[in-house]
Amino acid sequence: MLDYAWLMLLFPALGVLIISFFGTRLGRRVVGFLAPAMVFLSFAVAVAMFVQMLGLPAEERSHELTLWNWMVVGNFSVDIALLIDQLSVTMALVVTGVGFLIHVYSAGYMHDDPRYPRFFAFLNFFILMMTTLILANNYLLMFVGWEGVGLASYMLIGFWFEKPTAADAGKKAFIVNRIGDFGLLLAIMVIWTGLGTLQFSEVFARAPEVWGVGNAAVMAATMLMLLAATGKSAQIPLFVWLPDAMEGPTPVSALIHAATMVTAGVYMIARSAVLFDLAPATGNWVAWVGVATAFVAGTIALTQTDLKRILAYSTVSQLGFMFVAVGVGAYAAGIFHLMTHAFFKALLFLGAGSVMHALHGELDIRKMGNLRAKLPVTYWTFVAGAAALAGIPLLSGFFSKDAILFYAFEHQIPLWVVGIITAFITAFYSFRMVFMAFWGEERDKKLFQHAHESPRVMTIPLILLAAGAVLAGYVGLPSISAIDGWLEPVLKAGEHAAEGAAHNFTLEMILLGVSALVALAGAYLAYRAYIVNRGMPKRVRESLGFVTKLVENKYYVDELYNAIVVEPLRAIGGWLAQTFDQRGIDGAVNGLAGATGWLGSQVRRLQSGMVGLYALAMLFGAVALLAWFAIR
Amino acid sequence: MVPTSYFLVLSAVLFAIGALGVLVRRNVLIIFMSVEMMLNAVNLTFAALAHHFLQLHGQVFVLMVMVVAAAEVAIGLAIVMSVVRHKDTTNIEDMNLLKG
Repeated sequence: MLDYAWLMLLFPALGVLIISFFGTRLGRRVVGFLAPAMVFLSFAVAVAMFVQMLGLPAEERSHELTLWNWMVVGNFSVDIALLIDQLSVTMALVVTGVGFLIHVYSAGYMHDDPRYPRFFAFLNFFILMMTTLILANNYLLMFVGWEGVGLASYMLIGFWFEKPTAADAGKKAFIVNRIGDFGLLLAIMVIWTGLGTLQFSEVFARAPEVWGVGNAAVMAATMLMLLAATGKSAQIPLFVWLPDAMEGPTPVSALIHAATMVTAGVYMIARSAVLFDLAPATGNWVAWVGVATAFVAGTIALTQTDLKRILAYSTVSQLGFMFVAVGVGAYAAGIFHLMTHAFFKALLFLGAGSVMHALHGELDIRKMGNLRAKLPVTYWTFVAGAAALAGIPLLSGFFSKDAILFYAFEHQIPLWVVGIITAFITAFYSFRMVFMAFWGEERDKKLFQHAHESPRVMTIPLILLAAGAVLAGYVGLPSISAIDGWLEPVLKAGEHAAEGAAHNFTLEMILLGVSALVALAGAYLAYRAYIVNRGMPKRVRESLGFVTKLVENKYYVDELYNAIVVEPLRAIGGWLAQTFDQRGIDGAVNGLAGATGWLGSQVRRLQSGMVGLYALAMLFGAVALLAWFAIR
Repeated sequence: MVPTSYFLVLSAVLFAIGALGVLVRRNVLIIFMSVEMMLNAVNLTFAALAHHFLQLHGQVFVLMVMVVAAAEVAIGLAIVMSVVRHKDTTNIEDMNLLKG
């Protein structure tokens, strides 16, 4: 089966082609069946590969599949080739599995959209590019996937392009990502010039010999990769695009901007584990960027009132946790959190979509309340997702977040301190959403009256994802983590982790207890603030004054970027368009034309229309010629 | 025997009269006739010098010029005819459509 990995790319590619060319003719029913079916087939291939891999001994599980030679230029040669190992199969299972559920949900959610086939063509295109990114066996092919998912993201954020805000959000995402992509391209060039190859296996074999620990080239390559990852995975300083990306349809937010695409940066760093191990300083940067982002985005999430925006900032924050993990060298813990996060965050987004569906597009949690009476399935699944996000004990987020915090503690205690504060904030805002939207009394009677539960095509994916959100954590139980062992041959994290666990089992249990207490305390505080003692949030806001204003305005990051990047660029662009182009370029072109015209108008006078004059001129000419010949 | 120089002087005079006619007259037909006179002045020079040097080349060239002149007259008169039909004039000053 491992030799048939290309089927994973083939199915979504077929979906894209068929739906693009015949989508409108096939009709909604066929398209709504075909697109999820293609992703399901991909998922089936991934499952088959996973099962086969389980039957193989650990050292035979990595498999390379060369499809064809892509390009040869001098001694530069790149293949279209796939790498199927534990890491890529894990990612493929998450992407196609969650992707399939979201496709099914979309079939219901987008039902009344006039551009239904186009939506599914884009979604399938996204899956195609994401699997390319994951399965590529060299940096260049990965870059193709990396750019492809960026394109899909742009097209889907701006899917409702009639809305100027959506079109702008799409542009913003694309342009901000471009900065990161530029970093990845430079990193690829550094790797090529240093090692003469882009294929993962060769790069990782040569890097320790050629570069060694702390070499400037490996530092440059990894720092550029960090830049790339901050773009794609929405970290400081490039996180500003993700909250705006919520303008896209909700399934898109769930699939691309929560579960899969934004984790590409984490995946890339985990895949390049060998290089990051050679550059410990970069690892430190990764961890601190991650924890800073986690904290900043978490605090912003506290003050937002738009359900999807809370989830967006929460995503940024959770991605920050993954960065902490891969930054401190606990790559398996990062991938583990990536996986559990894919389940519970996709679930939360789809739950938000279901609420939106019920309330005719309303997303302001201040207008909701008591929705559990009207939307029981959405309510229970949303609670499961929020609890997993909050890190309530025994749910998936608890185990994965705790693994990260444990490694952060071992690495640097300040990382752990910021992390645990963020975990508290996370628990608080998760339950703030639940209490404000689903508990209490209905704040807007008219909206509440018309609320209705979503159709089954939407609730069944919710239930399946909720099961994932509850159970996914059990593959990574503390100190007997199955996922650590499974990923160990790829990430070399196993020995490190096993060692730590053996030495510090007591410590891990203590930290586990602290995390559990913090999560429960956050949830309880949310209960006090939004159910029991409703005046509290207002009093806290007022007493904090300046800080409240800062956080509610998202730390003025957008304003800052506007002032230092966007406005100067606009000014330069305006000057180039209005002054340089109109005066300089147009002046040169028009000046040339004017000079030619003037010369013509002068020469025209010779053509007087008097034939006698012409004849005289000819005569003088002839005489002059004769005279010249005679004298010479 | 008339000396060759007489012929050459005569043809120079004829050529000058023709050229002057072309330059000063306004009637297209007169100008045409003046051009013919210039051509024939040249023909006379050819014939005289052919006789003087006892060679046939000059005389052959006269025949050549006559053929060209005949063709030119055919075309030129046709143009004049069409201009007259169009503008009802033979005055060269009125034919200035291509004036710059």
